[in-house]
Amino acid sequence: MESVGNLILYFVVALVIIVCSVLTVTTRQILRSATYLLFVLFATAVIYFQMDYAFLGAVQIAVYAGGIVVLFVFAILLTHQPGKDAQRIESSRRILGAVAALLGVAVCGYGLFSYANFCHRQLAEVSDMSIETIGHWLLSTEKFGYLLPFEAVSVLLLACIIGGVVIARRR
Amino acid sequence: MNLTLLMYLVPSLVMFGCGVYGFLTRKNMIAIMISLELMLNSVDINFVVFNRYLFPGQMDGMFFTLFAIAIAAAETALALAIIINVFRVARKVDINELTKLKF
Repeated sequence: MESVGNLILYFVVALVIIVCSVLTVTTRQILRSATYLLFVLFATAVIYFQMDYAFLGAVQIAVYAGGIVVLFVFAILLTHQPGKDAQRIESSRRILGAVAALLGVAVCGYGLFSYANFCHRQLAEVSDMSIETIGHWLLSTEKFGYLLPFEAVSVLLLACIIGGVVIARRR
Repeated sequence: MNLTLLMYLVPSLVMFGCGVYGFLTRKNMIAIMISLELMLNSVDINFVVFNRYLFPGQMDGMFFTLFAIAIAAAETALALAIIINVFRVARKVDINELTKLKF
């Protein structure tokens, strides 16, 4: 049995995610779209905190909500005049997109609800989620260690920095 | 009433559907990137929730999400750099009007 606060938190977060993700793709003004995306990312961070992954929630807030959304806002303000906001950003292929999205959601939703007894699982006991354990596995070379992807991601970030410099350089 | 695995998968599914809809219908490149972020985020939620409910002793889903966030950040930064560069050359970001590279 869950606590009432946890249930209320879940329903608020689910409502925010559903409403704001629909608004993200249907609003006309692109700056509002970025703002609704920010709300969705915050609600996702709340889900991570609810799952006891506090480190992951902090990363989500710092990298996604703090970094990527700011990048989006910069790019929007650099490429759009603030005066003429109300330009249409949808195309005429709206029906095709709606059919594709609804078809995908319907198929996946049918799959989910027909395997509902597989999905009706309770939250298990909290395992050891301290930052010490995370750091140990992140830099470990043992069987379930993640040192190789960690280094690969660092090389990827270096490549991304070099690529950004090359792209942004004036010729 | 208990919070089950299914109850976390439903908002994630709706988020993914919204991302697909936005990706197919928007014609502004930045709006397309925003829809892409929605899809990536819903996949992250699925990784975390499946890990927490089905394999609570392990941390593989959490690490996948961690790396997915890092890669998504790199990809977004690079894509926005390309978009701004395209805007500097062509003065527009609509994919219908950018036909210079079309064969």
